Amino acid sequence: MHRIGIVAESSPGETRVAATPNTVQKLIRLGYDVVVEQGAGAGSSHTDGAYLVAGAQVGDQAEVWSCEIVVKINPPTPEEIDRLADGATLIGMISPGLNPELVDRLAARPITVLAMDAVPRISRAQSLDVLSSMANIAGYRAVIEAAHAFGRQFAGQVTAAGKIPPAKVLVVGAGVAGLAAIGAARSLGAIVRATDPRPEVAEEVASMGGEYLAVDVTQEVSATGYARETSAAYDTRAAEIYAEQAADVDIIITTALIPGRQAPRLITADHLHSMRQGSVVVDMAAAQGGNVEGSKPGEVVVTDNAVMIIGYTDLPARLPSQASQLFGTNVVNLMELLTPARDGELVIDFDDVVQRSMTVVRNGELTWPPPPVAVSAAPAPTAQPPVAEAPGTAEKSLASPLRRYRLVAAAAVVLFLLTAFAPTQLITNFTVFVLAIVIGYYVIGNVHHALHTPLMSVTNAISGIIVVGALLQIGHHDTTITILSFVAILLASINIFGGFAVTRRMLSMFTRS
Amino acid sequence: MTALSVTQSAEIVAAVLFILSLAGLSRHETSRSGVVFGIAGMAIALAATIGLASRSIAATGIGLLVIGMATGAGIGLWRARVVEMTGMPELIAMLHSFVGLAAVLVGWDGYYSVEAKGTRQTEIAPDLVHIHHAEVFIGVFIGAVTFTGSIVAFGKLSEQMKSRPLTLPGKNVLNLGALVAFFTLTIAFVASPNLGLLVAVTIVALLLGWHLVISIGGGDMPVVVSMLNSYSGWAAAASGFLLNNNLLIVTGALVGSSGAYLSYIMCTAMNRSFISVIAGGFGIEVAPPGDEDYGDYTEINVFDAAELLRTSRSVIITPGYGMAVAQAQYPVAELASKLRDRGIEVRFGIHPVAGRLPGHMNVLLAEAKVPYDIVLEMDEINGDFPQTSVVLVIGANDTVNPAAMDDPHSPIAGMPVLHVWEAETVIVFKRSMNTGYAGVQNPLFFKDNTRMLFGDARERVDDILRTL
Repeated sequence: MHRIGIVAESSPGETRVAATPNTVQKLIRLGYDVVVEQGAGAGSSHTDGAYLVAGAQVGDQAEVWSCEIVVKINPPTPEEIDRLADGATLIGMISPGLNPELVDRLAARPITVLAMDAVPRISRAQSLDVLSSMANIAGYRAVIEAAHAFGRQFAGQVTAAGKIPPAKVLVVGAGVAGLAAIGAARSLGAIVRATDPRPEVAEEVASMGGEYLAVDVTQEVSATGYARETSAAYDTRAAEIYAEQAADVDIIITTALIPGRQAPRLITADHLHSMRQGSVVVDMAAAQGGNVEGSKPGEVVVTDNAVMIIGYTDLPARLPSQASQLFGTNVVNLMELLTPARDGELVIDFDDVVQRSMTVVRNGELTWPPPPVAVSAAPAPTAQPPVAEAPGTAEKSLASPLRRYRLVAAAAVVLFLLTAFAPTQLITNFTVFVLAIVIGYYVIGNVHHALHTPLMSVTNAISGIIVVGALLQIGHHDTTITILSFVAILLASINIFGGFAVTRRMLSMFTRS
Repeated sequence: MTALSVTQSAEIVAAVLFILSLAGLSRHETSRSGVVFGIAGMAIALAATIGLASRSIAATGIGLLVIGMATGAGIGLWRARVVEMTGMPELIAMLHSFVGLAAVLVGWDGYYSVEAKGTRQTEIAPDLVHIHHAEVFIGVFIGAVTFTGSIVAFGKLSEQMKSRPLTLPGKNVLNLGALVAFFTLTIAFVASPNLGLLVAVTIVALLLGWHLVISIGGGDMPVVVSMLNSYSGWAAAASGFLLNNNLLIVTGALVGSSGAYLSYIMCTAMNRSFISVIAGGFGIEVAPPGDEDYGDYTEINVFDAAELLRTSRSVIITPGYGMAVAQAQYPVAELASKLRDRGIEVRFGIHPVAGRLPGHMNVLLAEAKVPYDIVLEMDEINGDFPQTSVVLVIGANDTVNPAAMDDPHSPIAGMPVLHVWEAETVIVFKRSMNTGYAGVQNPLFFKDNTRMLFGDARERVDDILRTL
């Protein structure tokens, strides 16, 4: 049975922890022993006692780092890498694409390293994708930071002291973080607009309550699920939109990131200059070079015209309890994948694209970069059956009035022939019959869906009227007829009385709130 | 004013009252007065007919009549009082079979009072005698098909018979053959009426009714039951022609068109033609082997589910027949009222073919005291899913399957479904990962916003109630 060590984060300002008492329980259920470093959960309000209650052991630094599996959030420092035991497995955010030095250093040790932030973007792997779960929190927090720094409220109101206009928020990039930001800003009452080079996100933006600003330049549908670099024509048109919007909105939140590259520079000094005094810009990409000219990672910058640029890089860590819980759950989901037998033995299956993509180093052997995953998170462009079907339906609806006329004509002819050659008595009966069907059709068509069962039981009851036939035939000195009629009367009476009684019973159950 | 004219005017009044009765069911507010109209119509019709009949029949006849009606009334009222709402489909199927059998008996009575007497008969004008022959046959035929069809439907619904469709080789040929036999026998009977032909047509019709329904699967029962409802109406109308009784004709036509309309609604809701349901065999269409990768499903536990509900703004519950099977409607109703007390908007979304009868779910929920104004139809609620926090799918599968819209190759492609997946989160209550009635895998279970809550629906809902 393997031990999982949950270490205290060493990065300055880090408040999160890779497992909470809640997720520790789930790890133990998978068959592992869990050792938590003293004070690891302090920053996110989880005491050592709570971990003990959850079934974990609490140990010192040396003990935790000696575990077969070590889980942490931030990339390890060189000292930390040296602390790992031979053959150990390290799980955490590595950013292998951006940190070649770190990868080399890790590969120099006889260890296995799994990068939580290298999960491929396929639906099956969503539950272990820390980039999504952290971006979600960060997007929310970015709005909160902006609201805190903004000198006005977000929601519009009409008060006795005058009208308060709602704040206008522009969210640049509608990925996970962007959508979370749209949702949060919208709930605070702001008017929210969003831009994104991927036209397919327009619906998602609308579902969060935002308005999608389309850049009317053709842009291909993303095949990897992430945004890519954009064309020159697109950039020109987008820049115009940013210029228009900057002059109009109060808050800009930028979330534009391209994996493995410098963040694109989208908001220029000119844009910032055109903004109103007191406006706030949150640059969520500050750590990767920034979407906003003049933003500084981890700092707040105020421009000459009193526009505040917030460049915090620790947004998820500003909601430590939630962030730890989500990160911890991602870790649990990963461990479930890696522990197929639920026996506390970690097994890495290289045939599984998810596990293959995450593995940076296996037993001291460099396995980065992984082969590209040919799976798309974007809706496949082939999935358009409604369009393919449309011509057929149109044809049908065109043909249907004609078919209708033909049907009615045929029915009229049949009816005419039937009655034309029939004796008078039959004609009378037929007239009644046909008119009753027409009445029945219109009356039943109006019956409320919810009352269809009572309708059936009431029709049961009234079709018991067939008793009339038996009543007229009983007791006319013919024993066979009388016996048959008696049975018919009995059965039909069950229908009449039973049908009405059960309908009444059902209808009395229907009540209004 | 003669006895006959009194009877005839009473019949017209009764017919109008029956129409008003059905019209009353168009809204909840008028539904109870609708039943009162129906009862009044029936009372008037019965009083007038018994009054007319009593003038010409012997005392023993009157005695038998009273005994028969009283016994029937006793049985009927007793069944109506004790029936469980989950057992409504069986009761209704049973009542259909009675109408069918009564129509057969009335037809046979017609034979004995006219045809059996040969040229000595005095009831029917000579120019109408041939028509009478045909009417006897038609009445007996429809009645007998209704009778055995309803008996089989009853057996399937009460699980005394296997709900799996039985497929005899060349079943369409068999059905067609029965119809051809009916026409041939009718022509022979019109030419020279005799008892042997009547027995033959009765047997053919009984077998046809049996075969028609036994080859239809349990999940198609809503269509079957409404179809039999329709047949029982036509059987009554045929008896009306036989007896030259306009009240029977009107009532039969009303009931017949009502059943036909319900069948039509059910077929539209399943996106299938009426013929294909009657011809049977929906469940046996084998879907392409499920080697398609749907991805993983995500499980949820009771506590997280309760937490999700507690923090939601609006909840829609989409029940299916599985809810009735698990008898979960009472805890579900309690859950709905608890959530409503917390100020959460709770509504129910009902697919037209949910349950085993048209409108069955509505009755089950009404029995559990769910107010009817929060129980909405598919078309009324489908637009509201995007603004919904949590959808609870309880015992439903095919009626919430996105494959019906997305996958043109799915066996249920084109069937209108509840768009539950458009909500923020969907919690699916399910016993296991088995496929639904149609044998189609449900991509809903593998969506990112879907959480699976495994186990008995009733127990799980009870657990959530306790947690709340």
